[in-house]
Amino acid sequence: MTSDTSWMRNREGAGIWEHRGKVAIVGWGQSHMDRRWDGVSLDRSCGGLTKEACLKAISDAGLSLDDIDGLITSPETRAEQTWAPRPYFDPPYDTEDGLTKASAEWIQRELGLKNVKYLKSDAPYIGPMMGQAAQAVGDGLCETALVWYPMVNLEGRYGHNNPQNIDQQAPGASAFTLPWGYQNGAMFNNLVVFQQYCQKYGKTHDGLAPLCLNLRRNGLLTPWSYYSLFEPYQLTREDYLNGRVIEEPLVIYDCDRPINTCAAFIFTTAERAKNLRQKPVYVLNHAQNNGTGRSTMATLEEHQDAVASLARKMWEGSGLGPEDVDIFNPYDGYLTFTQQFLEGFQWHGVKWGEAHDFYADDIRVEGPHPFLSSGGNNGTGRNRSVLFSDSIEQLRGTAGARQVTVKAETALAGCNTPDSCGFLMMSKYPS
Amino acid sequence: MSTIPGLSRPTPVPNDLTKPFWDACNERRLVLQNCTACERLNYPPTQRCSQCASPDNFEWKEVEGKGHIDVFFVIRDSRIRGFRDAQPVNFAVITLDQDPGINFLSNLPGTPSGEVPVGAPVELIFEETSTGQLVHEWRVIT
Repeated sequence: MTSDTSWMRNREGAGIWEHRGKVAIVGWGQSHMDRRWDGVSLDRSCGGLTKEACLKAISDAGLSLDDIDGLITSPETRAEQTWAPRPYFDPPYDTEDGLTKASAEWIQRELGLKNVKYLKSDAPYIGPMMGQAAQAVGDGLCETALVWYPMVNLEGRYGHNNPQNIDQQAPGASAFTLPWGYQNGAMFNNLVVFQQYCQKYGKTHDGLAPLCLNLRRNGLLTPWSYYSLFEPYQLTREDYLNGRVIEEPLVIYDCDRPINTCAAFIFTTAERAKNLRQKPVYVLNHAQNNGTGRSTMATLEEHQDAVASLARKMWEGSGLGPEDVDIFNPYDGYLTFTQQFLEGFQWHGVKWGEAHDFYADDIRVEGPHPFLSSGGNNGTGRNRSVLFSDSIEQLRGTAGARQVTVKAETALAGCNTPDSCGFLMMSKYPS
Repeated sequence: MSTIPGLSRPTPVPNDLTKPFWDACNERRLVLQNCTACERLNYPPTQRCSQCASPDNFEWKEVEGKGHIDVFFVIRDSRIRGFRDAQPVNFAVITLDQDPGINFLSNLPGTPSGEVPVGAPVELIFEETSTGQLVHEWRVIT
């Protein structure tokens, strides 16, 4: 998380967002996607893919390079290791910046952007970053911001190259978790919370199967997704239930698959958006959570309180309520926590403890409850940006085979976890 | 070393904040921060009380090593090197009887993996790590 959080809307009582409907998303670009960077193809490195996504987003918006005056990105590319000490390449691929990340300065230089007046390379991960971009444009720090989020995946088993997982020492706060096998990241605490959820509401892990299968289905309706490109077949319930166990009961199909890709978005003022190529998608509010639990493991009650607070902040700032949200794309990086968002925002009337029953109903995109029409990260690969790009496509009416048949005038999207996340409320209309 | 076969726990490295806690572990005592203003226990150790935000009212307080098993799952594919030879390993959350808002992690030595009696009472034990530093663990009371 970035150190400067003054721009965040992370407290209740902030009222209607001061820039409600005055900022719009007008461009989106998705790069090619691979399982891993092969370490050779520079156009498929983080920098190469970022350039591709940025140019597509600018073109999608009908803008020129000279129109861009703001650059915003996150260093959180999830590269588990750096490229060094293997040999670097010729410039501009002679440092990590370009290979395993792509800073604002690198993109400014590589794309020859002459009119940039606002650069931010230390934005948080994509959930809050999208809110920060909207706030920056609303505040006038720039008029037209190019915003990108790469995900990097190099060779090696994911997480096994993390120094903390290799070292036999547990310094600082990790001394209270690592000696018992706790792994950094969202998996462990959210699996604890999931077990508490199942215990409290009498649910079991197999209740996630319908969600997993539908996400894969939606992912296969997305031409650029990892599964469309490389594993174009539908999962069965048996596949899910017999999936390789990671941390019992969590199976491999509960986990989004690390991939190598980048997405870019263009934010601008509602005024500037009027005459551009795409129908504007207006931003009605952004809201964040960055709390922690009281003790070693955050609890179900703490996560439910956190999401309920996030929802109140979102309703308060956007002027909308649960019944007003047409498209809902919360994070699904581990399927064990997605239900907290569904229940906390009460989408389609789902209350605490009811998510698994909702999953077992009709959540297909052509049905009445098209939950996670994006296919999420479970269905497209761990890019996180699809939560936003699908929302944009649904509001534009350009989602193709994934286009929902219910009304699509507002969309709510965000990530990452219930206690630490950023969400964006989008609309076809500025008010 | 751990009584769980194959397990090589990463060793805690005390710092200024946590040294009293780890020193107490080496004396086979469990001490937690207690905010005297809020009358509230705090664990893991932090610089400030999570309730009143003050750094000035903490004292170390020994607590009784009694708890209950809240939930568990089983580690089967750990990313942590020291756990890979011990899999499958229980990963349980223990609530402290004295204040159930405080929770600890445990691998439940002595309990076969996956055979965890959720809700059962547990008692404090200590296990040695490779440097000799003791860590707090929990054992099902039979």
